[in-house]
Amino acid sequence: MPFKSTDENITGGKDFPDLYYEEDNLVSLTIDRQKVRVEKGMTILEAARWMGIKIPTLCYHEGLTPWGGCRLCVVEVIKRGRSKLEASCTYPVAEGIQVKTNSEKVQKTRRMIVELLISSCPNSRTLQDLASGMGITEIRFKMEDNDCILCGLCVRMCKEQMMSGGIGFINRGAKREVSTPFHKSSEICRGCGACMYICPVVTLQCRGRREPGDLCNACINVCPTDFGF
Amino acid sequence: MVKIKSPEDLASLTAKLQKEKNTEEICITVCMGPGCLTCGSQKVLESLKEEIKKRDLQEKVQIKETGCHGFCQKGPILLIKPAGIFYQQVIKRDIPEIITETIINNRIVERLLYVDPILNSKIIKEKDVPFYKSQYRLVFGDNSLIDPHKIDDYISLGGYSALAKALFEMTPVQVMEEIKNSGLRGRGGGGFHTGRKWESCRNAPSPDGVRYVICNADEGDPGAFMDRGLLEGNPHRVIEGMIIGAYAISSNEGYAYVRNEYPLAVANLNIALELAREYGLLGKDIMGSGFDFDILVVQGGGAFVCGESTALMASIEGKRGEPRPKHIHTSERGLWNKPTALNNVETWANVPIIIKKGAEWFSQIGTERSKGTKIFSLVGKINNTGLVEVPMGISLRDIVYKIGGGIPDGKKFKAIQTGGPSGGCLPEELLDLPVDFDELTKVGSMMGSGGMIVMDENTCMVDIAKYFLKFLRDESCGKCVPCREGLKRMVQIIEDITEGKGEPGHLELLEELTQTVKEASLCGLGKTAPNPVLSTIRYFRDEYEAHIMDKKCPALVCKNLIEYSIDELLCTGCGSCKRACPVMAISGEKLYPHTLDMEKCIKCGICLEKCPFDAIKIS
Repeated sequence: MPFKSTDENITGGKDFPDLYYEEDNLVSLTIDRQKVRVEKGMTILEAARWMGIKIPTLCYHEGLTPWGGCRLCVVEVIKRGRSKLEASCTYPVAEGIQVKTNSEKVQKTRRMIVELLISSCPNSRTLQDLASGMGITEIRFKMEDNDCILCGLCVRMCKEQMMSGGIGFINRGAKREVSTPFHKSSEICRGCGACMYICPVVTLQCRGRREPGDLCNACINVCPTDFGF
Repeated sequence: MVKIKSPEDLASLTAKLQKEKNTEEICITVCMGPGCLTCGSQKVLESLKEEIKKRDLQEKVQIKETGCHGFCQKGPILLIKPAGIFYQQVIKRDIPEIITETIINNRIVERLLYVDPILNSKIIKEKDVPFYKSQYRLVFGDNSLIDPHKIDDYISLGGYSALAKALFEMTPVQVMEEIKNSGLRGRGGGGFHTGRKWESCRNAPSPDGVRYVICNADEGDPGAFMDRGLLEGNPHRVIEGMIIGAYAISSNEGYAYVRNEYPLAVANLNIALELAREYGLLGKDIMGSGFDFDILVVQGGGAFVCGESTALMASIEGKRGEPRPKHIHTSERGLWNKPTALNNVETWANVPIIIKKGAEWFSQIGTERSKGTKIFSLVGKINNTGLVEVPMGISLRDIVYKIGGGIPDGKKFKAIQTGGPSGGCLPEELLDLPVDFDELTKVGSMMGSGGMIVMDENTCMVDIAKYFLKFLRDESCGKCVPCREGLKRMVQIIEDITEGKGEPGHLELLEELTQTVKEASLCGLGKTAPNPVLSTIRYFRDEYEAHIMDKKCPALVCKNLIEYSIDELLCTGCGSCKRACPVMAISGEKLYPHTLDMEKCIKCGICLEKCPFDAIKIS
């Protein structure tokens, strides 16, 4: 008998178990053909991850406000018969919506986004891994050599978790970048390094003083807060 | 100034002003809109004042400085009432003659009259000029009757009576229903039903009862100046609309977000607000109704993206002007997370008219799903540049040929771009399309805020797409990847195509990229940004193919794909081109055919302009 792609085959005849919450605080929706009831106020990304569905992200972090900038987490949301691509990290779950996290359209869009990002920032291992995972073997745009993908994680980390706000975005459009005000070293930056810790694309680099061929060892005797990050 | 404390006060003031208005008195109206100002209407006005003073005519003649009349092509414009004589392209020198001939001797100065280009006859009265004749100036018409610095001018035309009607004869819900029934749709671009927006804003929960109304006057489309014309010429109509809107959704605080590049609009709006406050039409206890409302003017910082509602609100809040996801509408959670009704200048200006004349009357104008009139700014390769107001459903052909007067120099029409930078270019086949929200969207363009750019046969559509894309690339906020990176790459690909480096796969790559940018971008700017490319590929694909395959620019615009040469048979060796060439690429002896050095030529086109014998050829 051929495999029938119905809910029964996937969940063994039962709907996905509900989260244990108050009844009136739940909304039911369908994610990848599985009916599920989740708490109001959750985002689609949270609901999908709780169900074990993988959605790639770059600008999302559990501890920070969702931002919806990288658009890598796009999913197809079908509401009142109309299908739209939405960023799952910011879209709140709603009664009766249908979500496709891995449709052809979604895959195509994600691949294009990774291709766009990697052509600007080819040195990032995260992006390279994503590209390989998606089977992107060719970049059709002119290669550039930037580092930052402007996901804004560092900016939010600095402000929301480190309570500082030493860095922010400056300029707009293609000239946008992350920096301190007026490119000068910021008085409120404590040099905590949280921005570097959270950056998804740049591997931590040593910024100590170093002559070619020298072993730096700057970290041995220096207090971390003395670094001029 | 006496405060207006009841609707009766307003009615008696209106009656008094109308009575005072001497219909016999000669009134010279000078257009002080941006178009006429740049043509020198300030000087015209000054010399007019001087001349009147010199001849001691102050008692007899009144001078009125008004906002834009719309016919910017023929500025500075002078309108003499009560006869309704229309003088165009008036300069300082003409003033003494106008005073002697028209004012004193009651004769017409023939050379200042508008000449009908088709019939070649001179037209005396404004209402007979074809540019005005085919229009329906419902919102914009009062501009030529009002001095924006004088609230009495507006009140004498029945201004603020719609507000009195709303406050004293209608409940807020009735006002909202009236707007809903009228079918008014947002004039800023989206075309969302205004009444429905107000309803959801009114019904949205706000624990402390705070709601906001915002007037979006951050008009940034290249070549569009409708909101500017309204705000500079008739600010009270916008203010009245906002107060009525605030009453309908029960808001006590409003903001007018005006573009920083419009200093005159800011100044006029501030003066108007101050005057309205002095009359008690704004502030605490408006007209003795017990309803409080005030408006604060906020100036933008020069970002195009701040015309997007959420970015605009972020900007008012003092944050970076950046859009946020709109899964919850701004009418429910907008400015400072409170329910907010944000509408465009033109939408607000329509509100008093609907309240005054009724939803039923208003809904008779226009098409089934787009009601009322729309102001367009008609620019580009067209005879009559300016602001035109037409009923919805009029055909593009009527706008271009009847009102616009066709294409200059007898050239052929090629395309019309509607909806600002993120609109689409429509070809001649679609000229009979009725202009309304849905029809324009169907063919891949949009109504937008009302920009209309006409292009003739000398325009390269790939070059046009490149121009709009570059504008959007620079104006994108850069928050989301598809818009920031996607537009950057689209510009690169199109630049390659126009430089002759196009490859066969480029068109398909462009189409794939536009799909992603369109579907995955965060806000309206990104979602509509590919429109210029998509529509030009859809209607002018052969031009793209000519650029890519044959390395040719059919319109002879793209510099890397054209070559200049001198026709030896036509060249007389006069030397005009040689003298004009900025890079000394032309050589030759006098009276002998000259030669052009292709190595040096930068294809600036100066020689083409200078040659009196048409000997310079482009291929």
